[in-house]
Amino acid sequence: MEDQNHIALPKGSIEKATTTLNIGPTHPATHGVFQNIMEVDGERVVSTEQTVGYIHRAFEKLAERRPLYQITPITDRLNYCSSPINNMGWHITCERFLKIELPKRVDYLRVIIMELARISDHLICNSIVGVDTGAYTGFLYVMQYRELIYEIYEEVCGSRLTTNIGRIGGFERNFTNTAFTKLEKFLNEYPKVLREFENLFTRNRIFMERTQGSGGISAQRAMNYGFTGPNLRATGVDYDVRVQQPYSSYQDFDFKVPVGTTGDNYDRFLVRNAEMWESLSIIRQAYEKVQSFKGADAEVFHADVPEYYLPKKEDVYTKMEALIWHFKIIMGEIELPKGQIYSAVEGGNGELGFYLISDGGRTPFRLHFRRPCFIYYQAFEELIKGGMLSDAVVTMSSLNLIAGELDA
Amino acid sequence: MIESTMALTNEHIQQKLVEKFAEQVYGFSTESGILSFESSKELNLKVLQFLYDEPSLGFTFLTDLCGVNYPQQPGAELVVVYHLHNFSENIRIRYSVATSVAEPQIFTATKLFESANWMERETYDFFGVNFVGHPNLKRILNVDEMDYFPLRKEFPLEDQTRIDKDDEMFGRG
Repeated sequence: MEDQNHIALPKGSIEKATTTLNIGPTHPATHGVFQNIMEVDGERVVSTEQTVGYIHRAFEKLAERRPLYQITPITDRLNYCSSPINNMGWHITCERFLKIELPKRVDYLRVIIMELARISDHLICNSIVGVDTGAYTGFLYVMQYRELIYEIYEEVCGSRLTTNIGRIGGFERNFTNTAFTKLEKFLNEYPKVLREFENLFTRNRIFMERTQGSGGISAQRAMNYGFTGPNLRATGVDYDVRVQQPYSSYQDFDFKVPVGTTGDNYDRFLVRNAEMWESLSIIRQAYEKVQSFKGADAEVFHADVPEYYLPKKEDVYTKMEALIWHFKIIMGEIELPKGQIYSAVEGGNGELGFYLISDGGRTPFRLHFRRPCFIYYQAFEELIKGGMLSDAVVTMSSLNLIAGELDA
Repeated sequence: MIESTMALTNEHIQQKLVEKFAEQVYGFSTESGILSFESSKELNLKVLQFLYDEPSLGFTFLTDLCGVNYPQQPGAELVVVYHLHNFSENIRIRYSVATSVAEPQIFTATKLFESANWMERETYDFFGVNFVGHPNLKRILNVDEMDYFPLRKEFPLEDQTRIDKDDEMFGRG
């Protein structure tokens, strides 16, 4: 007993009442490569420091030497849960900058793809919230419909996750009948699945108690922190780029902007679910509009912009002019006009902005991506301070943080 | 109160700014519907605060903050661009301040916008703009040991046609 009083403890080991806990850089609870250095007192979070940048790839620097089309695959790798929105957001920026008008049918086809992407994005986020609260079933069950969405992408552009979909001025080819058949299948079957998914969670006692009242933020603080997208709408602010600055003919559609009140994890979940229903309704309307085109109009899938839209492959192989333009577009040998533009679309997790500055060269002088989750992730400490560690994990997933977008 | 019933226009914003700051704000132009203007870097907080507080303006949302490097502008090589948004009137503006690369000090906007915190860290990280008064100005995406600011134009990307690299693994062998 005597010698216990003589154990030499490292300096500071008794005085420090809290524990330092590292979550990440790779941890199942972070769903991406980023780190949280937390100070915890028992299970209460005292403070946290977020470290980002583990998969930084210098996209903004890369973009300064790439012609427009070579930037599209870069945007895939921002929010890779909804790449088509990023691709089209970039193409819309280029079209606005180059003052290209699009035929209505192209706009509607784009809306279909973008809303499918929004559904797949929200679906992942919400089902991951389920996983983190201990309900794996929902996640696994809805995966088959994300798979169906990916099959539609595949039918339209040939790839699934990093889609590189579309061109400046429209799509690379018209939608095939298979694409429309798959879309119909999705429209018929998905509502039932989404209803079941909601039944699993929305009024589930355990889920409600885990998510209600945790990770909340007021509308004012959320705006000050630069929140956009479902996270902002969950606090009660009805800001949606699709409504405020319509692109791709969103003004032609009738849809609601769901909002929450408390901005907590539960409200974010509800807002995303409600948005999926709205997206479904938008897709239905868009599909009807697409079907209403008859004759030659029903074959339009791109604008007539030969300087930026690749010529047909048959022509490239047989005609000199087409071959030259193909080469010029691929190699980026077209000078851009001078000027600058900020253009935004409603991404899966918020306002995805592109700030393009051109000095008249072939590549952007500067391209900045306004990445929504990079901006709102700053608020993480405020959201979880004083709460339980397990709530912090749920908050992290309900914010819909995508490491690719955080780090650019 | 009359102003609040009228839709906010770019002309009104410009008029209000000129009334308040006279010739200290300049370079007004409108491109793709967005009004942009500049001021000297010493004024940035005053202008941002005015845009925030003035009832008929109400730019309370900082959409974006980023840096740009113009090496051909001596004394104004680094530019910080603020994109602000008034949600209720649904109007955006672009405001920029320039600083020299030798003395890249600019006041931080973090007291006004929490969202400026990381965006300023990012701008510091890539352009070396020193935001005076920032609570935690350190690198955010790059490694802490980095000793240069990679998005400045003086650092070109690797020459794609270089042949001096013996790198068989990656197709340059």
